[in-house]
Amino acid sequence: MSSLFIILGVSIIISISFLLAFIWSVINGQYDDHYTPSVRILFEDDDNKLNNEQISK
Amino acid sequence: MKEKYNCYHCGDLCIDNIIADGNHFCCNGCKHVYLLLSENGLCNYYQLNNTPGIKAKGKFTGERFAYLDDESVISKIVLFKSSNHINVTFSLPQIHCVSCIYLLEKLHLIESGIIQSRVDFQQKSIFISFNPQLISLRKVVELLSFIGYEPSISMLENSGAADKSTNKKQLIQIGVAGFCFSNIMMLSFPEYFSKGFIEQPGLQQTFSWIIFVLSIPVFLYSASSIFSNAINGLTQKKINIDVPISLAIFITFSRSYFEIFTHTGSGYLDSGTGIIFFMLIGRWFQNKSYDVLSFDRKYQSYFPLGITIKNNGIEENIPISKLAIDDFILVRNNDLIPADSILMEGVANIDYSFVNGENTLQKKNIGDLLYAGGKQFGTSILLKTIKVPSQSYITELWNNSIFNKNKETSESFIHPWSKYFTVVLLSIAFLATIYWQFTDSSKVLLVLTSVLIIACPCSLLLSATFTFGNMMRVIGKHHLFLKNATVIESLAKITHVVFDKTGTITTQEKPDIKYNGIPLSEIENDLIKLTASNSSHVLSRSLYHYLPLSPNNISTSIVEYSEEAGKGILAKTSDSVLRIGNSEFAVADLLNHVFKSAAVHVEINNNYKGYFDISHHYRDGLNKMVAQLNKKYVLHILSGDNDAEKQALENIFGNNTTIKFFVSPQGKLDYVKTLQQNGANVLMIGDGLNDAGALMQANVGIAVSENRANFSPASDAIIDGHALKMLPLFLKYARMGKVNISIGFAVSIIYNIIGISLAIQGKILPVIAAILMPISSITIVLIAFLTSIWSEKLLKISFSKS
Repeated sequence: MSSLFIILGVSIIISISFLLAFIWSVINGQYDDHYTPSVRILFEDDDNKLNNEQISK
Repeated sequence: MKEKYNCYHCGDLCIDNIIADGNHFCCNGCKHVYLLLSENGLCNYYQLNNTPGIKAKGKFTGERFAYLDDESVISKIVLFKSSNHINVTFSLPQIHCVSCIYLLEKLHLIESGIIQSRVDFQQKSIFISFNPQLISLRKVVELLSFIGYEPSISMLENSGAADKSTNKKQLIQIGVAGFCFSNIMMLSFPEYFSKGFIEQPGLQQTFSWIIFVLSIPVFLYSASSIFSNAINGLTQKKINIDVPISLAIFITFSRSYFEIFTHTGSGYLDSGTGIIFFMLIGRWFQNKSYDVLSFDRKYQSYFPLGITIKNNGIEENIPISKLAIDDFILVRNNDLIPADSILMEGVANIDYSFVNGENTLQKKNIGDLLYAGGKQFGTSILLKTIKVPSQSYITELWNNSIFNKNKETSESFIHPWSKYFTVVLLSIAFLATIYWQFTDSSKVLLVLTSVLIIACPCSLLLSATFTFGNMMRVIGKHHLFLKNATVIESLAKITHVVFDKTGTITTQEKPDIKYNGIPLSEIENDLIKLTASNSSHVLSRSLYHYLPLSPNNISTSIVEYSEEAGKGILAKTSDSVLRIGNSEFAVADLLNHVFKSAAVHVEINNNYKGYFDISHHYRDGLNKMVAQLNKKYVLHILSGDNDAEKQALENIFGNNTTIKFFVSPQGKLDYVKTLQQNGANVLMIGDGLNDAGALMQANVGIAVSENRANFSPASDAIIDGHALKMLPLFLKYARMGKVNISIGFAVSIIYNIIGISLAIQGKILPVIAAILMPISSITIVLIAFLTSIWSEKLLKISFSKS
């Protein structure tokens, strides 16, 4: 049963690391804008290429 | 038959044949924007959305943003500055779709000086970093304006950063409380399941100590705002709801710590941290408001940041704060006059609608006094200031003390409740103490503390915060945006409703147009429409949209076109000469007729044809709204305009409504004040700067806005023009809010009775508290949610029936 003490310690450390991750993400500004990043990721990076294709059509 | 095209850029109907790359455009402005984008390979803008563009407003005068070259202005606007790097954030109210994000984040492809640009869609803002050696701040702003996103620049509205940091602190407090609460709850389970006895030696101690350590950050960090609120209340000798809550938290924690240190138990820390967690969520939910809208505007937000002064023939751009008396200032077409001044040079056609609600342009002569807040239409004029901006007629309003103090929010009805609650709770605890003193004095302390622990004033608070928070969101869905949730309570108490006329009960979107004079032939009709389409003047645009598009091809084209600003348009085609404009311009035998509304006169080939009478259109649904409001409220109309529409207004509003014309901004404020002194709770609805004082003075001030991005004066709420007809429903919904909260209160009282009756018998155990607390909190949140949805449904049904 004494293994419980170890498990207890480990579980607390793991959960504290999650808390720290949350605090970091808040300070880092990840909760400031919930919408724009979801759109941004869908934009193509090679705009010029795409545009040229349309012109040549 | 000619095919009809919509502008590839902005979606307006195309009149002329303006084509680029096989796409049609409504005007050259839009075409130029398209060409700029296609040159830089940004045509994806048009693929992501159909006609995403914002109609180009044509060229703006080159000097418009000249003040952005001034070092002192730059240093106030930018966030960070070094020799080759400037960071700046602009608010761009025009942002409306995915294409906007696409285009604005590719600015670096258009101007190589721009290093990076980031859009925040919800805040409708853009963060730009650029290299000042390659591109100036002014150039950046001009580029944004050219592609249709003119930043609204104000030095005063940089409070957004502060909001963000308090928001972050709140989130972290909630996160810490939630983390500690759930871990404490988990570590408490073994004890509940084993009925307080754990065999393994030392394990129970370990659990207790971990719980103790976890509770400390909740007590010291997460709950700090609750404690400071309570202390604030006490120093003002008021018992607000945070006082009993702080007391409960304090006793819960100190008794638990006592038990842990004396090894007599594990305490109530699971319930204690849980309460704090739920309460923080409630507060966050209630305070979550509309970030994009600005409810606190001072007159400085309306005026331009910079102004061109012309002393000794030298033009110079200075920030408006440096403007002094006796300066000569240059005011261009569409510019706002920043200070009371005297006209020295040029022809002034001033639109004072912003200041006093009058519709028509006023022509001023040299030597006349011009008031700050008027807008010049036409050529540039030279003025000599006689007052500094802060002392001018319109801004004097802001010197009224009403703008310097926070509005007295009528005391929320939760606070009396919390007072009663505290009194009743303390007397129960006192009586129980006396009882146990005589029966079993060893239990006195136990009973006293359990009563205070289990009694949960926070469920009262939760029911209020969640109900109001939900209602605010429901109302927002219908385009009435409240500054905060307490406005709902004030709305419920309204007895008098005061309306402004122009822009509030009338709309500028679709004016009523009537033609008087010799009937126009189809060709003449086409000719006027074609001419009007070339001008960006408000009246021309209204006329253009009013005239029907004739089925036949417009065969003629304009050979010569000239627009005399503030007067009219002269257009020549191959076979006719057309003059449209004001009475002086289109030479007319007017027989001394006085026009109370705006009129556009038409003269073709030197023959006077007649005039278009353009008057404001009353909002749709106004009659119905007034009829509904009349049943319950006393209505008033205060207009700064002339009494031309007196008869029409009386027909709509009936005899019980007081209608006043020629009311000055100060007069409106005083009128509302007088009503209040006679015991009325006043709701003021207005739109202009001239209503600003009355909006502040009223118990609730609602600003009407056709376009949420536009300026609206300081107010408690902003309503979309189209939603105004639903005002009676909003008021009814606000009144239902009290019922909804009372339901929540009733339920929380039942929980309190159960809890307290167990506590005074000395039977309360940590496990019971741990079960009762989350159940009561969650049911109350559910009730708040359901009642606000339910009452919205009821209203929807009654709205569709009527």
